[in-house]
Order: sequence, then C-alpha cells, then structure tokens
Amino acid sequence: MTAIVIAKFITGYFVLQGALLSLVAAYGVVRLPDAYTRNHAASKSATLGVISILLGVFFYFWLIEGHMNARIILGIIFVFMTAPVAGHLIMRAAYNTKVPLWEKSVQDDLEADRKKEGVKG
Amino acid sequence: MLDLVLRISLLIIAVSTILYLYRLIKGPSVPDRVIALDAIGINLIGITAIISVMLRTNAFLEVILLLGILTFIGTVAFAKFLEKGEIIENDRNRHR
Repeated sequence: MTAIVIAKFITGYFVLQGALLSLVAAYGVVRLPDAYTRNHAASKSATLGVISILLGVFFYFWLIEGHMNARIILGIIFVFMTAPVAGHLIMRAAYNTKVPLWEKSVQDDLEADRKKEGVKG
Repeated sequence: MLDLVLRISLLIIAVSTILYLYRLIKGPSVPDRVIALDAIGINLIGITAIISVMLRTNAFLEVILLLGILTFIGTVAFAKFLEKGEIIENDRNRHR
C-alpha cells in the first residue's frame, strides 16, 4: 500500500515537472527576441520536459502496473539524442539563409571569421 | 490524486502547445516556424505518454517512438531544404 503511494508520488512529481518545463519553453519561445534565442529555449527546455514526462510514465508502468517498458527508455534516449541535433541543423540553416540576429547582439564570431577568410555569405 | 495531477499536467501542456501555435502563425522567419513545429511534435510525445497513463494502457508506447522519429526526420529535411534548396541531391558532381 505505502509503496504504491510512493510510486504515485514519484510519477506525479516527474510528470508535473515535465509539464512545467514545457510551459517555460513555450513562454521563452513566445517572448525571446530573435530566432537563435528562441531555439535556445525550445531545444533545451522542451527536451528536458518531455524526458521528465517519459521518466514519470516509465516509473508508473514499472512500479504500479509491474512491467518494464524498454520502449519508453528507447524513446528517452532517442529524444535526448535527436532534439539538440535538430535544433543545431535548423539554426545552421537559419544562419546560412541570413536570418538576422537581435539588434542588440554584440558578438558574431562566425561572421568575423568569414570576412577574414573572404568567404561570401 | 494522481489523476488530478495528470489532468493539470495535460492542461499545462495544452497551454504551451497554444503558445507554440502563436509562434507558428506569427513567427517572422521560416526557422521560427520550423522550431515551433518541432516543439509541437515533442509536446505531442508528452501528451501521448500522459494519455496512456490516464487510460491505464501500454498500447500507445510505439506512438511515442514513432512521433520522435518523424519529428526529427521532418526537421532535418526542412533544414536541408532551407540550406541547399533541395532535399535529395541527385547530381553527384555538383559540389554546391
């Protein structure tokens, strides 16, 4: 009886934490000034949020229903590996298609290097 | 008690999906829209997981993996389309 209560508490804690992290990510995506900072919010915080939700669901099925699901673990590993890569690729495409930085940005090392080497674009 | 927490979490994720939808509609550049769609796909994974706990079934866990894979492939394809103009290149001597 007590073990089930503790298992439900763990599940609820992880799921609620993941949902709140997802809300923080969405608020950052709405409020931040340019595409790069928005991607910073979305790719980190949304990834950790969904990993936390999946961890809570894994603990629920393991501790209460009584069977371990390797598919949820595989989903956690897959999201953890691919979501930052997707963010990197889309932001590289954004930089190469000249999406502007925020006008108060102070540092752009890649543009300085490209100017020094004479590469256009 | 657990059901209440799950319902609250589902509501919070729905609100965050609506916020992403705002960025998807308004976003000034194309990469903004792509990262909003990517994040909506990731939120959909969490919604599927919570629904499968609420329904007390483990029949939807393949959907989680499938959504993760499809979101990643869609984002990579869109990034390549933005950067190179085509997704699958068939001229091997072109070198950009």
